Amino acid sequence: MRRWAPLLVFVALGVFLYFGLYLNPKEVPSPLVGRPAPDFTLPVVGRPGETFSPAEVRGEVWLLNIWAPWCSVCLEEHKHLPRMVGDRVPVYGLTWKDLDREAAPMLARNGSPYVAAVDDRDGRIAIRFGVTVTPETFVIDRDGMIRMKHVGAITPAVWQTKFEPLLKELGA
Amino acid sequence: MMAELGQFAIALALALALVQGSVPLVGAHRGDRRLMALARPLAQAQFVLLVFAFAALAWSFLTHDFSVRNVAQNSFSQLPAMYRFTATWGSHEGSLLLWTVILAGWSAAVSVFARQLPEEMVARVLGVMGLVSVGFLALLLLTSSPFERLFPIPADGRDLNPLLQDLGMVSHPPLLYMGYVGFSVAFAFAVAALLSGRLDAAWARWSRPWTTTAWTFLTLGVGLGSWWAYRELGWGGWWFWDPTENASLMPWLAGTALIHALAATEKRGVLGNWTVLLAIATFSLSLLGTFLVRSGVLSSVHAFATDPTRGLFILVFLGLVIGGSLTLYALRAPRMMGGGSFAWFSRESLLLANNVFLVAALGAVLLGTLYPLFLDALGLGKISVGPPYFNAVFVPLVAPVLFLVGVGPLARWKQADLPDLIWRLKWAFAVALVTAALLPLTLDGVNLQATLGLFLALWILFTVLKGFAVRLQHHRGSRIRQLARLPRAFWGMQFAHAGLALLVIGVTLVSNYETERDVRMPIGSHLDLAGYRFVFQGVEEVPGPNYLAGRGTMEVTGPWGRSFTLYPEKRNYNASGMIMTQAAVNYGPFRDVYVSLGDPLGDGAWTVRVYHKPFVAWLWAGTLFLALGGGLAAADRRYRVTVRRRSAPAPATDPLRSAAGEGAA
Repeated sequence: MRRWAPLLVFVALGVFLYFGLYLNPKEVPSPLVGRPAPDFTLPVVGRPGETFSPAEVRGEVWLLNIWAPWCSVCLEEHKHLPRMVGDRVPVYGLTWKDLDREAAPMLARNGSPYVAAVDDRDGRIAIRFGVTVTPETFVIDRDGMIRMKHVGAITPAVWQTKFEPLLKELGA
Repeated sequence: MMAELGQFAIALALALALVQGSVPLVGAHRGDRRLMALARPLAQAQFVLLVFAFAALAWSFLTHDFSVRNVAQNSFSQLPAMYRFTATWGSHEGSLLLWTVILAGWSAAVSVFARQLPEEMVARVLGVMGLVSVGFLALLLLTSSPFERLFPIPADGRDLNPLLQDLGMVSHPPLLYMGYVGFSVAFAFAVAALLSGRLDAAWARWSRPWTTTAWTFLTLGVGLGSWWAYRELGWGGWWFWDPTENASLMPWLAGTALIHALAATEKRGVLGNWTVLLAIATFSLSLLGTFLVRSGVLSSVHAFATDPTRGLFILVFLGLVIGGSLTLYALRAPRMMGGGSFAWFSRESLLLANNVFLVAALGAVLLGTLYPLFLDALGLGKISVGPPYFNAVFVPLVAPVLFLVGVGPLARWKQADLPDLIWRLKWAFAVALVTAALLPLTLDGVNLQATLGLFLALWILFTVLKGFAVRLQHHRGSRIRQLARLPRAFWGMQFAHAGLALLVIGVTLVSNYETERDVRMPIGSHLDLAGYRFVFQGVEEVPGPNYLAGRGTMEVTGPWGRSFTLYPEKRNYNASGMIMTQAAVNYGPFRDVYVSLGDPLGDGAWTVRVYHKPFVAWLWAGTLFLALGGGLAAADRRYRVTVRRRSAPAPATDPLRSAAGEGAA
């Protein structure tokens, strides 16, 4: 029996590794899910004098997409976002650490996927949202509660499997 | 055209590998010399084909052939030529190709250098390596072809990951793979021994130089990886217990245990089953590392792009190789030799103790690395296991090994005299202990961690010297000539053990006495740290070949008035837009001064992180000594002597006889 022990240990390990393949270690559940979205009032990129605050969209289901002008994945995501979202929910952008003030010309040039993108230049609001990488997207419900956080770009598959069902459930 | 030729070469190599993995094994089983004789030419032809495929990919990179997907994704028109070449192995596909080239290289080396081995053994070893090669070539062709074309052809590439645009990264993967893959030779020898049923001292002797060589490469690879992280990640650390790093540490620990177990098996014919199991485990851990890094089951700072199908393929392959060899072990091992006996205190028992602790340390690292996966798979939540766990568990398991390093080489085989040994080592022990207890007092008072580390390091150094003294006391004549006459294996062992001591000194001092400051610095402001004064002169824009750098200027004046200037950079890479921190380091034998730029705060002020790292260079010097020791041991004359006796029958298999006259383990 003893000589079979190494094989048994390996088989047990293999089973775990197999299940591990279908888990995503990067997807850490945000402790903010089920909690009210942090409040903020920030200037809107490219529209001097204008500000945005989550209170303005209370009563609506909306998305907050964290992006940065230096994040190539985010720019890629911008191209596809409007087609996937359509006009089901408004998408707002949180522009993270735009130190070189590139966001406004970039959105003007490439077309903005956002109703409005706010300027979080020093990254303080992003910290309150627990942002670790860009892009990240939060789904916020009618009562201003965070219902989901998605890390990484939203692909059509992700949109279909993660966002659509949740938005349907939230009645958006 | 080159890309298609490369693809064709891989396919052809796979066909050859299939033959190499089957026909010679059948030949060895039936005793058919004609079939066995196929192994060598097949291995060599496969090597030539894969080198060609690799050259084809390198060519595509060097000539900016962006119609090749891999080139478009990992290169850029402004990328300097050196990094275009190294980008060949900068992606998952390219590095896998490098892996197969190196595997074929080791097989070809076995086919050329293993002349003294019985034909049957060579056929089995190369057959097993052929089977391993089949798996990797199939993985390459079916899931990760490096030569896939892209249409429409993009105007420019996406650039090599800036993290990989560094000198350390240029040589780290090839060395690491030389080590990982080199253990496939030890593995193949073990499986061949199980197949033939001959698990004797001769087997251990044959596989020893190969194993030691692979271990040497792995040591260099792990060391370079650490050096790269130190310079490139900008956090000033040299080991993060990241899954990717652990993936390289685990085979290293197993390989270290293996080279010591092989010593006992070769010299005394003992621990045979255990040694075979270790040889299988070492290569299995190399494969497991490949799986962990490439399948995305663990999150890590520097993993490859992940893909579940690819992961599944590797897992199935892993199951076949490891599961197959362990089944073979379970079926055949018990029939093998029991070996000679040894007393509870002897060189053998000390080597066994070394193995027990090393394997326990390995188990601790494995558990910590996979624990998040276990919990996640069982639905018990997401956690990450960090340095506190590893430091708490690893250090106590490794400390006894370090102590044994001082005792083992001085103990006799079969039966050693404990009281005599204690008596002979009393001064080494006492002086090491007193020095280690007093040194921290001169720095910052009582520090038990520092005392423990310093004691172990000094203990090893003193016993290494004692080892030389013992070797010389029975001889007459000039000391220098005697030293030169000592076998290279002995020198190798002493170098490696001394290297370990240097490494321990570096680790101990840098982790206990490093100082760091993370501050906001306006232009012209200064900061004092560990006797050094840092004056910040601001940041200016400096264009690089494929990036734009913000280059800071930091004038540093040392405790004795010596001054130098450091230029830490914050680079913005043109193609990817990725921002990279390039720390500036002033290296010294007794301290490194390390500056990295944080973020701009307006008005020319920046956050700046400054470190003073005492003795950190000893860490890498120790690694070099370890590798040098490995190289010397592998080049020992007795391995070559047998080469010259080509016409003679197989070397003596009597463990007692082969142990005679050789002192170094």
